[in-house]
Amino acid sequence: MYTQALNATDSQIQPVEDMSQAAAFQARIDAEERIEANDWMPETYRRTLARQISQHAHSEIVGMLPEGNWITRAPSLRRKAALLAKVQDECGHGLYLYAAAETLGISREQFFGQLLSGNAKYSSIFNYPATTWADIGAIGWLVDGAAIMNQIPLCRCSYGPYARAMIRVCKEESFHQRQGFEIMVTLSRGTGEQKAMAQDALNRWWWPCLMMFGPPDTVSEHSDASMAWKIKRFSNDELRQKFVDATVPQAQHLGLMLPDPDLRFDEASGHWLYGEIDWNEFKQVLAGNGPCNRDRLAARRKAHAEGAWVRDAAAAHALKQMRAAV
Amino acid sequence: MTARSLIIEETPLVLYCLRRADDALILGHRLSEWCGHGPTLEEDMALSNMGLDLLGQARSLYSYAADVEGRGATEDGYAYLREERQYRNLLLAEQPNGDFAQTIARQFFYAAFADLFWRAMTSSADDTLAAIACKSEKEMAYHLRHSAEWVIRLGDGTGESHARMQAAVAAMWSFTGEMFAMDDAERELIEQGKAIDLGPLRDGWRATVSDVLRTATLDMPASSWMQQGGRAGRHGEYLGHILAELQHLQRSYPGAAW
Repeated sequence: MYTQALNATDSQIQPVEDMSQAAAFQARIDAEERIEANDWMPETYRRTLARQISQHAHSEIVGMLPEGNWITRAPSLRRKAALLAKVQDECGHGLYLYAAAETLGISREQFFGQLLSGNAKYSSIFNYPATTWADIGAIGWLVDGAAIMNQIPLCRCSYGPYARAMIRVCKEESFHQRQGFEIMVTLSRGTGEQKAMAQDALNRWWWPCLMMFGPPDTVSEHSDASMAWKIKRFSNDELRQKFVDATVPQAQHLGLMLPDPDLRFDEASGHWLYGEIDWNEFKQVLAGNGPCNRDRLAARRKAHAEGAWVRDAAAAHALKQMRAAV
Repeated sequence: MTARSLIIEETPLVLYCLRRADDALILGHRLSEWCGHGPTLEEDMALSNMGLDLLGQARSLYSYAADVEGRGATEDGYAYLREERQYRNLLLAEQPNGDFAQTIARQFFYAAFADLFWRAMTSSADDTLAAIACKSEKEMAYHLRHSAEWVIRLGDGTGESHARMQAAVAAMWSFTGEMFAMDDAERELIEQGKAIDLGPLRDGWRATVSDVLRTATLDMPASSWMQQGGRAGRHGEYLGHILAELQHLQRSYPGAAW
């Protein structure tokens, strides 16, 4: 669902590589060719992508938790079916993305290990709680909306397996976003209590969604190489602005107020200008101090630990079958 | 939908639909509790997917019950505004997920029955039930294959998985007899060709279960004592908790549309 500030280039590794290979690689990128799993690639490109794709996959899997919190409480059977299908889609995205990341030579189990040990990042947005039904609307509308802004350009990412995965992911995300917006439409046209619930959800999710695009360009240190390699095609601020411009009219349509007193339309640039983002909050959430960081990791660790005997059994049975067949 | 609870005219056909719909809704609800917590990503998706199949079956059956009842009820009315005692699901469906083995045992026992049940119902004299059966039969054939494969994997896998699977089979066993129970209301529909006689399904079910358990190196439970009550609205302590969650918003905001 969600990439965010995950696209940092790995600058620690500086292997000695043939300069002519590197130049030929860059020429392929510049010519908009897709790089495939078996092609030569610089080690930093490989590591940057492995990290970005796996962290994207982690985000999908951790992202199942806040919405999963409402599956058993969805207020109608239609909503229940849509939500269950949506969260299941996110699991599929995770699986798909781990598979794409595995083409870079690291196994899903290794990536899982990085997530469960707390060493890998995932999107900070999932460290906020989904406390009311309106949060399911707001997450679909805003979080998936922001994710789409981030991910549409990734469909043209230079790494073929990632780009192709993103095409399918984006199609499903676009459905998810409509699903969320429809919930918000229903609530904002509902009873006073429902409208208040929708406004409260918007108030809580708006700023964290703006943070999903990562630090401002003025302090974002790592984008240059990703830009040159065409892993990333727009800067954090460019994508954030696109999101704000797309979302403001939607909020107006809903009759809801965006929680930003400084928000105004700038005739000169044709953009909606927004107020100061609380980057300290963002840093705190990334550092593990968001409201749900501990719960999210604990839930993933619990599922993994409780599933260990099942995975062991499946492996043992498969081995017995294989031996019997020989 | 402003009523706090629903008065239902349970004609034999309405009752028949509600019983099957409730099985599907409650079992689907239990499977949906796994979403995000499965032992592997593949299994997480499979459990959700089967939950969605069951939810779809429940919705079709509730909608048909509403048509038959003809008093303006809706699928959501049945699901969200009936009291625990008005729910007609099998006790098996409401049993907790437990460990993965218990979920699989519950699913296997139900699917081995529902696969036969819906296949037989494809020839129901009731066109709507026959149409619902055509769709459900395909889904349940998959659920049976999936759960049977897991029973075998877990039974045959490791010492721990064998012990867990055997314990799960034993724990779920006494809830399987209720699947074959019939009352006068059902017999009336059987005479009309709308429902099927469940008696003849029993041998087929037992054969499937015994084959799979044998392949899985598991013992068939010897106990013949069977719990009953769900069909008549007498449930265990679990259903109330399921409904407290499921109905929370509809109960908290009466009359609101979602």
